[in-house]
Amino acid sequence: MNRRVLTNRILSHLALLPFIIFAVFPFYHMALTSLKQNRELYDRNAVPLLIVQGPTLEHYTKLLWETEFLNWTKNSLMVTVLATVISLVIGTVAAYALARLKFFAVGSLGTGIFVTYLVPTSLLFLPLAQVVNWLGLGDSKWALVVTYPTFLVPFCTWLLMGYFRTVPKEVEECAMVDGATRIQALWRIVLPIAVPGLVCAALFAFTLSWNEFIYALTFTSSSEQITASVGVTTELIRGDIYYWGSLMAGAVLASVPIVILYVFFLDYYVSGLTAGAIK
Amino acid sequence: MAIGSVGVVTASARPSLRARLSELLDRESWLGPIFVSPALVLLLLLVAYPFFMALYFSVSNAFIGRPSNFIGIRNFVRLWESDAFRQTFQNAFVFCGAAVGAKVVLGISLALLLNQQLWFKRMIRGAVLLPWVIPTALSTLGWSWMFNSLYSVVNWTLLAIGIIDPPGPNWLGQKYYAMAAVIIVNIWRGLPFFAITLLAGLVAIPKELYEAAEADGAGPIARFWYVTLPLLKGVLGIVVLFSTIFTFSEFNIIYVLTHGGPMNSTHLFATLARQVGLETGRIGEGAAISLYLFPALMIVVWAQLRFVRKQAY
Repeated sequence: MNRRVLTNRILSHLALLPFIIFAVFPFYHMALTSLKQNRELYDRNAVPLLIVQGPTLEHYTKLLWETEFLNWTKNSLMVTVLATVISLVIGTVAAYALARLKFFAVGSLGTGIFVTYLVPTSLLFLPLAQVVNWLGLGDSKWALVVTYPTFLVPFCTWLLMGYFRTVPKEVEECAMVDGATRIQALWRIVLPIAVPGLVCAALFAFTLSWNEFIYALTFTSSSEQITASVGVTTELIRGDIYYWGSLMAGAVLASVPIVILYVFFLDYYVSGLTAGAIK
Repeated sequence: MAIGSVGVVTASARPSLRARLSELLDRESWLGPIFVSPALVLLLLLVAYPFFMALYFSVSNAFIGRPSNFIGIRNFVRLWESDAFRQTFQNAFVFCGAAVGAKVVLGISLALLLNQQLWFKRMIRGAVLLPWVIPTALSTLGWSWMFNSLYSVVNWTLLAIGIIDPPGPNWLGQKYYAMAAVIIVNIWRGLPFFAITLLAGLVAIPKELYEAAEADGAGPIARFWYVTLPLLKGVLGIVVLFSTIFTFSEFNIIYVLTHGGPMNSTHLFATLARQVGLETGRIGEGAAISLYLFPALMIVVWAQLRFVRKQAY
């Protein structure tokens, strides 16, 4: 490597540094706060960037044993897994039909699903709260299982349509000439080829429903029904008193499932994120 | 098409129900609608229907737990007479304009840097994308601790560097600072989407174009201006459209960081709609507020379909 290339490379890294600090620092500070003793946390003369007086797990133990945090996390998991599975199934068959089959109004249906993909949840939460009540699901986590697919299905459908289009038609036709029905061809030929797309859709659906906030905040309120992000942001704050240590511990712990997925499937996240805009 | 089923039909005079069903399912004109119907039913019931309900609510005096009457455009008139709404309307444009503008500039810069030869490519990408995957409500909670009036690490750092004088601003308690704070958090959270998507757009630009431009004597700035930017325009357009609608309808950051305060100075349509519609119970007025998101949505949808996805259908 000659000198000019090396200098350029070092300069690129240096220029990236502020961006990386900006992106990562809030998480560092969050984790740090969750491990600090209250004495140091609320000392205005202490350096906030480090732990000087030794770390503690008291905020975590308090969170786990003295609040409903585990219960909220269980709710989050249940809602997220169910909503993801439902949306993936509905999205897969819809995407296959829209990408591959010729039938009445297929084009406008595709456009319609794309449009619902753009409708922000904050436009619909008020009337949807009424619908949820009519369905008898007021203040129930099942309301979330039912409503999360409204934004997950358009996303999965849109993403998977792109993947199904990349599977050559001939592969499927060969199977059908050999006597397979269309559904068999879909199940045995097309879906196995589209596995990366399915993984990507599942990851995004999981992430989007785990991170959902406005519906969860609006449709559920009692401590037995709420999800982790709602629990941490509402129940841990009593009046005007913020228990910052436990709040940060809750934010860290409730992010753990997503971070684990993220570390293992980073490349899928990158490709899924760009697929929404590029395809 | 279905060669197998021909044998079934000739073997018995009346084909079994199963055989007839499987033959129908092999026809595209049947299978298509069957496959699309679950998605369609879901979206009609839980997106289209609530949307029309919102339209009705907005012209009614609906109140939680009470029958409602048609009152015409009175909700909208009353909104325009309220200072809170006018403030919110203004906030929405300031917030969206500043945040999307900053994300475009920073996003292009970051994407250009990520496109260089790097040593820890994967790790750097992972770090940059992180704010996008963590639940926004929770990471915003982290920011609200960073902006805390007494223990703000932001102020501590700025004081340590010597940019500000003690005691430093009360970020979430002062009008303009609060707006700056929610914009900063929105940029932080939305930048990864811009950077990573634009990076994909950059990677797709053929290397030969740069070589040709360089051979013609174009410097780095000229190459960016005449090669990179024109070829990035398509992707940039889509990213800006997506970001505009989601920034305009932002809820989580505002709700967690400022609750719309101080004095409504950071309320956006979604947070004000929630406050009016749920906390005070005036659903009709709340629905009218959230409908202000609709024109923005229409413009984005129209632009997407008109310019961007023309080739798709």
